[in-house]
Amino acid sequence: MKYIDEFRDGKLARGLAQAIRAEAKPERRYNFMEFCGGHTHAISRYGIEGLLPPNLLMIHGPGCPVCVLPIGRVDSAIDLALHRDVTLCTYGDVMRVPASGQMSLMKAKARGADVRMVYSTLDALRIARDEPGREVVFFAIGFETTTPPTAVAIKQAHAQGLANFSVFCNHVLTPAAIANILESPEVRKLGTVPLDGFVGPAHVSTVIGSQPYEFFAEEYQKPVVIAGFEPLDVMQAILMLVRQVNEGRAEVENEFSRAVTPEGNEKAKALVAEVFELRRSFEWRGLGEVPYSALRIKEAYRAFDAEIRFDLGYHAVADAKGCECGAILRGVKRPEDCKLFGTVCTPENPIGSCMVSSEGACAAHYTYGRFDDRAARKAG
Amino acid sequence: MCLAIPVQVVKLLPGENAVVDAAGVQKEISLALVQDVAVGDYVILHVGYALQKLDEDEARRTLELFAQMGQTAPGEAAPTVAGATIP
Repeated sequence: MKYIDEFRDGKLARGLAQAIRAEAKPERRYNFMEFCGGHTHAISRYGIEGLLPPNLLMIHGPGCPVCVLPIGRVDSAIDLALHRDVTLCTYGDVMRVPASGQMSLMKAKARGADVRMVYSTLDALRIARDEPGREVVFFAIGFETTTPPTAVAIKQAHAQGLANFSVFCNHVLTPAAIANILESPEVRKLGTVPLDGFVGPAHVSTVIGSQPYEFFAEEYQKPVVIAGFEPLDVMQAILMLVRQVNEGRAEVENEFSRAVTPEGNEKAKALVAEVFELRRSFEWRGLGEVPYSALRIKEAYRAFDAEIRFDLGYHAVADAKGCECGAILRGVKRPEDCKLFGTVCTPENPIGSCMVSSEGACAAHYTYGRFDDRAARKAG
Repeated sequence: MCLAIPVQVVKLLPGENAVVDAAGVQKEISLALVQDVAVGDYVILHVGYALQKLDEDEARRTLELFAQMGQTAPGEAAPTVAGATIP
């Protein structure tokens, strides 16, 4: 068992595709949202949409941390790197996120700012240890998967007395975003699509478990199937959702049982609870201000909070003109509906955040899906 | 961002660290977020940390379910699979 090839078997995929087509009732529509960028990527890369019946639509959700990070927060990070003489460490995906004035951290680096791409929070800690004369800031973004590693780094910095290390915390929470898509009046006003169910996050759920989704299933009567990121996992989850809808059920089911338990990872959750607390509100690109949807560093560790150390304020900034990222993140529009898609906005030169990370709906569609569009146009 | 891959633990190191094998590439990672990991176990590796241990029995059950659920030929009724709702 290698846990990869087994879950990409073509023969099994054909069987699952047949079962989905056979069981989806032609007289109704099925709109399912895959929350996670990881699923969006898998659906595009493996051509899963092409295997689904025409009345079953996969809507790409806002579960791509780079895509939902508002411009204002990236501006703050660029300001730190360019004007405050700090060494700014961050994950590779963040480097190319477009910010105000056509800037990005990559361009800040080209202008001489000390921006370093790291693979792990441990690398950022090592830089702080090796260069005690430099202020080292870790620009932390991501959902519940990347939060525990940031908590470990803050605890280690605390234990080792690393006074030149701090964290610019932008960690966000999955359940808050799902609730927002389902109920927020602002999001309703901006427009949403009717949803019949969710493909629940894979790796986020290894940490938080399957329990946090019980609320959505019960309160909003929406089925949730937690699925792994391999193509067979996604197809199995779609089939399980179709069955729930057909049988009038709204339950949390766990397809990714090889890694997800009801409780999740207790050790990781305890670390996060020790280091972080809820923010009253946080701006998401596409969703606007979402109450209690992000984390900040607790009082006990405030010495490592870059927002306090460098007195960072927050200024909301509007998206680039013509960019449809906001509507795409709510599932109202699809990448091919955006005028900028594939013309001025490409993965090499992203205008909107959805084109940056390979998990972004636009980047995934640009890399894999747009060839289907062309084929369809030719055929039509 | 939430990209993570299954890797096999080949050696435990002091300080909650381990060497893992990812399809032939060996790398040192942190075990600070998991408990009771032994050499030979598969873990999900994310940004340098093991996030969770993988359960081989559950993985086999899921693969069996793929095969069972996919056996419906077009037009046929759905098979009633005992235990189709994965716990």
